[in-house]
Amino acid sequence: MKQLLILGAGTAGTMMSNHLLPKLNKNEWQITIVDQYKTHYYQPGFLFLPFDIYTENQVKKVGKKFIQKDVNYIQKKIEKIIPKENKVELEDETLNYDILIIATGSKIAPEETEGLIGPLWKKDIFDFYTYEGSLALRNKLRNWEGGKLVIHITEMPIKCPVAPLEFAFLADTYFREKGMRDKVEITYVTPLTGAFTKPTCSNALAYLLKEKNIHMESDFAIEHVDNDSKEIVDFEDRRIPFDLLVTIPTNMGDDVIAKSGLGDDLNFIPTDHNTLQSKAHENIFVIGDATNVPASKAGSVAHFQAETLTDNILLYMDGNPLKKEFDGHANCFIETGNNKALLIDFNYVTEPVHGNFPFAKIGPLKLLKESVFNHWGKLAFRWIYWNMLLKGIAIPFVHRNMSFKGKVFDIKSDKN
Amino acid sequence: MSVKTIAGVEVNVSEEGYLENMSQWNEEIAKEIASELGIELTPKHFELINYLRKKTADKEALTIRSVGKSGIVDVKGLYELFPKGPLKFSSKIAGIPKPTSCI
Repeated sequence: MKQLLILGAGTAGTMMSNHLLPKLNKNEWQITIVDQYKTHYYQPGFLFLPFDIYTENQVKKVGKKFIQKDVNYIQKKIEKIIPKENKVELEDETLNYDILIIATGSKIAPEETEGLIGPLWKKDIFDFYTYEGSLALRNKLRNWEGGKLVIHITEMPIKCPVAPLEFAFLADTYFREKGMRDKVEITYVTPLTGAFTKPTCSNALAYLLKEKNIHMESDFAIEHVDNDSKEIVDFEDRRIPFDLLVTIPTNMGDDVIAKSGLGDDLNFIPTDHNTLQSKAHENIFVIGDATNVPASKAGSVAHFQAETLTDNILLYMDGNPLKKEFDGHANCFIETGNNKALLIDFNYVTEPVHGNFPFAKIGPLKLLKESVFNHWGKLAFRWIYWNMLLKGIAIPFVHRNMSFKGKVFDIKSDKN
Repeated sequence: MSVKTIAGVEVNVSEEGYLENMSQWNEEIAKEIASELGIELTPKHFELINYLRKKTADKEALTIRSVGKSGIVDVKGLYELFPKGPLKFSSKIAGIPKPTSCI
């Protein structure tokens, strides 16, 4: 029996197991998936949990529910991948593989920034990229009396790069609805050149920051957190004071990638941008946040990758050349507060465009434009995630590659 | 996209003045862009610029962290070479695209 081994049962790993199972000959291939954690989180929900929009139970389920019974599901810690021997060491056993799919994701690494995990951590400094962080932040916000709220990105790349901005927008609505917006000063701090780095987006969306009275601090690369003065400090000693810091710490791939010598400085695995084969080993494929491909680290990207990777695994099994197909396609809802959202659709080379989605001229969703429809789309997506996406059921009319029908490319920046 | 003459050479630049095609770059262009930004280029600058260009040609994402581990400068040193906006100014001078996020 040949072994197809998947490491990680998050969004990408679970999808791969569900896509591949019906396509493989059960007498020839055994699928095994390894993940030490029992809970599967709906990570986009971590954005809503702090604002009491979602409850705890809406963002987590038992992971086992999503793995089919013909798949060998092992809940153990992964210790090391040994590509030369086609082996993976777990805490108390060693698995052999013929094909390995790495879907170990990314995680926050607050220890990378001096002073982040200090006396103020989880008191006045929070993350919302973990379930625990998001929940602790919700409890903090429920009783917070106001002051300087600083939303801060440590360094790129991060999972779901628009989430911090959505957090700022939702915070504006949240404090307004609580009748305390005048007591809160919201500042958005980024290491990039601004909240919007692409001309189409800065042109279409710059009004959002003004409308919501969100201050902007750009080109800020944090050096340390001063816990005594409650300031974040950059390498040029620029200081930004906070009463409540919501930070997105450095995002890194799993430690097992570093231990196995498979990653870059951030433990992300060098991966072919279009085939998703690892660059170093032909029988290792990588999907989702674990790759170093310059696409967004987001569930929608993993979803589109999964379709290409499924085809490529089957091609590889039969000794055929791989499809150079994945185009970096991402399709993301962006909450803008006040029960509205934007929808963006883009890939490696094409900036987010205007137009309708998924049907040209009809929509019903509007790209790069605020609408209530898009907000409903984002909320409906939780159901789609649990009931379709994870199970590998195709979302109707949404193609793995970016479609150019019904989209407008003539947006010019104000700077012209 | 527009065409601009920098150091006597016609190059394609983005709306924000970043070169659209890194192969149109040369050291004289780098010096002229740098002087517009108030930076005088030293051999150390060029060592870093060449590193950034190589990484970009290899399609590797550039981060402040990776530059800090390049062995050429640490992050503090990067700020000293390109004050106020290390990645954006160094990218502009190196003739490579501006570091962006997805929007």
